[in-house]
Amino acid sequence: MLGRTAQNLFWLSRYVERAENMARLLEVGYKMSLTSRREGGEAEHLVSMMQAAEVDEAFEKTGRVADVDTVAHFMVFDEENPSSVKSCLMAARTNARSVRTAITSDMWQSLNAAWLEFSQIKPRDVRGARLLGLLQWVRQRSHEFRGALLGTILRNDGFAFSQAGNFVERADNTARILDMKYFVLLPRADLVGGDLDIQQWTLILRAASAHRSYRHVYHDRYKARNIADFLILKPEMPRSLIFCAGMIRDTLGTLADLYGQRLVCHDVVDDLCAMIENTSMEEIFAHGLHEFLTEFIERNNRVTECLSESYNFY
Amino acid sequence: MGDATPFDEMHNPDGTVREPYRALAQWIEAQPENGLSLMQADAEGIFRKLGITFAVYGSDEGTEKLIPFDVIPRIISAAEWRKLSRGIEQRVRALNAFLHDIYHRQEILKAGRVPAKLILNNAAFCPDMMGVDPARGVYSHIIGVDIVRVGPDEFYVLEDNLRTPSGVSYMLEDREAMMQLAPDLFQRIKVAPVETYPENLRRTLESVAPANVTGTPSIAVLTPGIYNSAYFEHSFLADQMGAQLCEGQDLFVDGGKVYMRTTTGPERVDVIYRRIDDDFLDPLTFRPDSMLGVPGLFNAYRAGNVTLVNAPGTGIADDKAVYTYVPAIIEFYLGEKAILSNVPTYNCTDDDQRAWVLENIGDLVVKEVHGSGGYGMLVGPTSTKAQQAEFKKKIEARPDNYIVQPTLALSTCPTYVNAGIAPRHVDLRPYVLVGDEIRITPGGLTRVALKKGSLVVNSSQGGGTKDTWVLED
Repeated sequence: MLGRTAQNLFWLSRYVERAENMARLLEVGYKMSLTSRREGGEAEHLVSMMQAAEVDEAFEKTGRVADVDTVAHFMVFDEENPSSVKSCLMAARTNARSVRTAITSDMWQSLNAAWLEFSQIKPRDVRGARLLGLLQWVRQRSHEFRGALLGTILRNDGFAFSQAGNFVERADNTARILDMKYFVLLPRADLVGGDLDIQQWTLILRAASAHRSYRHVYHDRYKARNIADFLILKPEMPRSLIFCAGMIRDTLGTLADLYGQRLVCHDVVDDLCAMIENTSMEEIFAHGLHEFLTEFIERNNRVTECLSESYNFY
Repeated sequence: MGDATPFDEMHNPDGTVREPYRALAQWIEAQPENGLSLMQADAEGIFRKLGITFAVYGSDEGTEKLIPFDVIPRIISAAEWRKLSRGIEQRVRALNAFLHDIYHRQEILKAGRVPAKLILNNAAFCPDMMGVDPARGVYSHIIGVDIVRVGPDEFYVLEDNLRTPSGVSYMLEDREAMMQLAPDLFQRIKVAPVETYPENLRRTLESVAPANVTGTPSIAVLTPGIYNSAYFEHSFLADQMGAQLCEGQDLFVDGGKVYMRTTTGPERVDVIYRRIDDDFLDPLTFRPDSMLGVPGLFNAYRAGNVTLVNAPGTGIADDKAVYTYVPAIIEFYLGEKAILSNVPTYNCTDDDQRAWVLENIGDLVVKEVHGSGGYGMLVGPTSTKAQQAEFKKKIEARPDNYIVQPTLALSTCPTYVNAGIAPRHVDLRPYVLVGDEIRITPGGLTRVALKKGSLVVNSSQGGGTKDTWVLED
């Protein structure tokens, strides 16, 4: 397989996952801004959502004032925002076109149809309920693409590269959401969270599509420690750091088996997993949650770098 | 040739159906009233699903267009095809011999049969190819010959495409669509298959691998990338042949040998079916600003370590100014008369001919020597006075930049249009493969001008395609 083909498959999956995550983040930010009763609260929620998405600086450059309309446009339609839904769909489709011979027609048709439908939408028409409808549509399209991929692609090196892209992106996204709000998750003397805290925690869980499954796992009301535990250390949670890191390791393991060779990227992903596999929330809090997450994001980035080097992406 | 009623491929002048079309005519007759219009709608769905599109230059990303497909096939009898294929084979043999001669001893120039000035000062002449010996002596391996018909027994070659002809994927997809739409027709009528093309292409490419290659040669299709208008075809052909689809950045040259960058390291490449133009092949030899090519590729080629298909410099044999000499070229190398005729062509650098051309421009077709795709040309009878004046000025300013031909009454073929079935002008591009042997796919791509009366069949200008049937005896 050409190194470029591997690279295209990796980024194709990353961009589809990112489009979905951006839609989810915006949905949360939008809903939070609606429920805010404080003066200036609306903009605050939107800005902190953009910080989690790491697009706040790009937004500032547009010179616009953050409100629901400007932020929604920026997150969904703005091509100046490299992580907007539109930019992600375009990048995913471009990567897919480059590897038409390496993806199945079901995958191509799913992505192509999503793009064609999306390009029919006029930004002007998307407000309020229609915005939420559009964001749900983005998530569904992402699910459909993943379904087409899992149902039709050959389980060879190409599959491994696309899975790696999917889970590197998801791990990065979950870590950023946590890091953005890490201060509200820190253990404090007053163990009962106030209204504001509960609101913030809901935001974190919703952004990871985890607010329902939380109840099934913990049978308890929202608590900071549990939320952190859920999104970092629970292996059954498919967006948790430990789950994603495990998937990346398995995937790279498949490549080592296929190619008969272990490379630098395999050591790097072991480092990533080691951070979370033999630890507890107590230890993580003792070490510092923010420090922990920063380190995780860095090691996760190293995985992409080393993957590129090991398998000749360019 | 100019004013006569155009030759109708399906009907005799008395209105009866010509023999090759008899079974088709009966079939059309037997269709329910809206049968063809339903078929036409189904066809669109099939093409969209297959994802066959071409990008229109200058249009937004994501607006790839479908080339219109017409459901009524164009039919060529076995006898007609025998003559055509003999003529085509003769032509490609002579043109490859001409290329070998031009890049070696230049006997034809010494003999004065083709003016040396026309070749040596021509932008399409590639001095870097002098003395290079391609595998099996073949320069142009993949050729599309544009042919028009003006009478029952009158075919003209309009143009030889010896560089990187495109469109073959439409020939293949048209057949696939037609078989899905009307399988019963193929039961009644014995049509020569075209599906062998990808296999024959692969065999041709393997047969011209460098002599020192042992085992199965490694083949790559080199594309300029996803923004090229023919990208679909590049990926389609790579897929059908099981070859690697590469961009320039995927290949590199080391020690005079070509490799592709794979996930497990460099892998040797023996044959490159390149779909990028000569100028962009190798920034070290040709255009230094090329981002599409592979630095050092030409030297690897010259050293005999890789085969380029088609060879660089083949454009000198399909240059519009050289075209007029093709009958002489056939005689010179093969000692035979040309089986297929050239369209009479006026030379504007000759004072008398130019004067006559300027006088009669309204009846003539003017083509830019280096133009393609139907751009930069004037079709006299359908042009405005202003357009004619503009071209007169252009010809006077640069007479060597234009060739002029009479307006041919291209044959028409019944075509499904809004108003029902109506005659539309067609041309034909058969595809030829030259390697260990010459393989011509029966039929080719029929392009049809969908606008009433239009003679321009190019897809960029409102042309469509038809499935092309060669009947088996």
